[in-house]
Amino acid sequence: MTRHVRCLLLAWMLIASSGIGLTTTAIAQEGEDLRFIVVSHGQASDPFWSVVQRGTDAAATDLGVTVEYQAPTTYNMVEMSQLIDAAVASEPDGLVVSIPDAEALSPAIEGAVAAGIPVVSMNSGSDVAAELGVLVHVGQTEYEAGFGGGERMAEAGVTNAICLIQEAGNAGLEARCAGFTDAMTEAGGTVEQLVIDLNNPTEGQQRIEAAFTASDDVNGIMALGPTGALPALQAIEAAGRTGEVQIATFDLSPEVLTAIQDGTMLFAIDQQQFMQGYLPIVLLKLYVTNANTIANPILMTGPGFVTAENVDQVIELTEEGTR
Amino acid sequence: MTSPRADREIAVAADDDRLLGSSATSRLLIRPEMGAFVGAAAIWLYFAIVAGDSGFLTLGGTASYLEVSAQLGILAVAVALLMIGGEFDLSIGSVIGAAGMILALLTVNYSWNIWPAILIAAIASLAIGFLNGLLVVRTGLPSFIITLATLFIIRGLTIAITRLVTGRTQLGGMRDVAGYELAQTLFASRIQIGGAGFSVSILWWVGLTILATWILLRTPFGNWIFGVGGNEQAARNLGVPVVRVKITLFMLTSLAGCLVAVIQVIGSTGADVLRGQQQEFYAIIAVVIGGTLLTGGYGSAIGAALGALIFGMVRQGIVYAGVDADWFQVFLGGMLLIAVLINRFVRNRAMESRR
Repeated sequence: MTRHVRCLLLAWMLIASSGIGLTTTAIAQEGEDLRFIVVSHGQASDPFWSVVQRGTDAAATDLGVTVEYQAPTTYNMVEMSQLIDAAVASEPDGLVVSIPDAEALSPAIEGAVAAGIPVVSMNSGSDVAAELGVLVHVGQTEYEAGFGGGERMAEAGVTNAICLIQEAGNAGLEARCAGFTDAMTEAGGTVEQLVIDLNNPTEGQQRIEAAFTASDDVNGIMALGPTGALPALQAIEAAGRTGEVQIATFDLSPEVLTAIQDGTMLFAIDQQQFMQGYLPIVLLKLYVTNANTIANPILMTGPGFVTAENVDQVIELTEEGTR
Repeated sequence: MTSPRADREIAVAADDDRLLGSSATSRLLIRPEMGAFVGAAAIWLYFAIVAGDSGFLTLGGTASYLEVSAQLGILAVAVALLMIGGEFDLSIGSVIGAAGMILALLTVNYSWNIWPAILIAAIASLAIGFLNGLLVVRTGLPSFIITLATLFIIRGLTIAITRLVTGRTQLGGMRDVAGYELAQTLFASRIQIGGAGFSVSILWWVGLTILATWILLRTPFGNWIFGVGGNEQAARNLGVPVVRVKITLFMLTSLAGCLVAVIQVIGSTGADVLRGQQQEFYAIIAVVIGGTLLTGGYGSAIGAALGALIFGMVRQGIVYAGVDADWFQVFLGGMLLIAVLINRFVRNRAMESRR
């Protein structure tokens, strides 16, 4: 849906809610035939999810279908399952969901499958997608990505690391941390967990600084996303320990890439989330119009690594909002 | 502003000679929930026009927004009583997280039967409410500040203790807990009507709204709530047990948070330390849309229930209208503003026509 239509709709809603009332023509089924709904757990303010949304928008434009994007206002699985219920009741041609908490979301997802709506999962939920009746999962397997990150970090000489969780309760992040911890432990290192609030970077920075001032041994930080990596970078700089404390992160943002370019960050684990937005729409369209399915249960978009070697090229693409 | 007493007697004794000259319309308009009633009708009509053909009007669509409204409504009705009594509770969202985690920890981790676990969660919630109330009446500090502090303390404790005990932040597996079947029927089952499953929490919501309205309008305790919120000193002089009323209201609010936690944990078969975030604000929004004054002494439980209904319709309605989620908070804030303006306008007009 174009920005203009959205703005118009907003105006209509405000007028209607003021009780004046206004006759409107239905705009829901203007133009395209196929209508897909994406329900993710990612807030729009998170740069990561903004790229996913760019992916769904791009797919909608390229394929000539309608895609609507919904997400709860906070990380709240009850609200998310209610959004899925609403999406199902609106009878879309296909549904894309992320599954960060299978237990809480499974009734809603099974409801969608039972209603005959094709469902593709993306980002989180690779381990449960198949048993819920989802066609295919598009994403990165988190444990393996974390393990790969741990190996690289140990290679770089890190022995005592902090695993920085920016969204307490997300099972995908916990799996990354577990993989990272296992790889580090295998290499003879130790890992401590630190939870920060992604909505409050300043407070996060203070907590990270406190964590490695409290213990001189810490010489590495693995952030589980840019919202954790940025305060971590600032904390290292503020404490004057650039170079002593190595840092790497999951997922990209412009600041992360600049840090890799400058050499203040080792690497970023890239799950190429643009494809997690784009590909499910392609797969759903092919399924609905051509009955095509993918044979693998998981279509892996990551892990890829962004290092000093390939960072320049990735930066160009990031500026377009697609990496 | 009407005195609570006069407001009550409008309903009780319409033929009272003090009310001579007031028309039926202005009597209706002066009800605090009138603005919310008009608002709810307008919002419903709006989505019926814009999204009527994409599922909003179907039974499934109705069930979906009523469930959202019901869970918020249970909170809002209790918060309405508290706010009429002149106080705020910002800790209620954290209570939802804490009570849910207590329930899940005791049953999943320590293999308790679900019923004693629900009882412990309820007792813990009541204790939090008691503590909130006690701190407010003993220190004389604004409840806004006291419960802002408990918001963080309770949320932090929930995260810290859960991670200490389990090393995780989510607990699942409620389905296998002893006593789950009956609890599921009571708190989280769906009543099938025409192929759509209506959440049983809707009955809790309606039942609690009726109960709260009865308390407010027909019992001495209800009269005390209006009195304490309207003019605390005057109420005290008249012999109203102010301390007891306020502490009871805080405890009821926490208990409502516990009920929502139980419904959510059993419904989603698991708990999460972050459950209930922002619910304290949504509840206040629903109550204010429902015509309750922030200053206390004036308001209605039915209004709060209608406020929750509006919230649910907007939350789910934008899915049917095909609007991206980015806009939801804009609508929410805009509606709050409009609701408050309408309420003030309606009340002022009604007041003038009474003179």
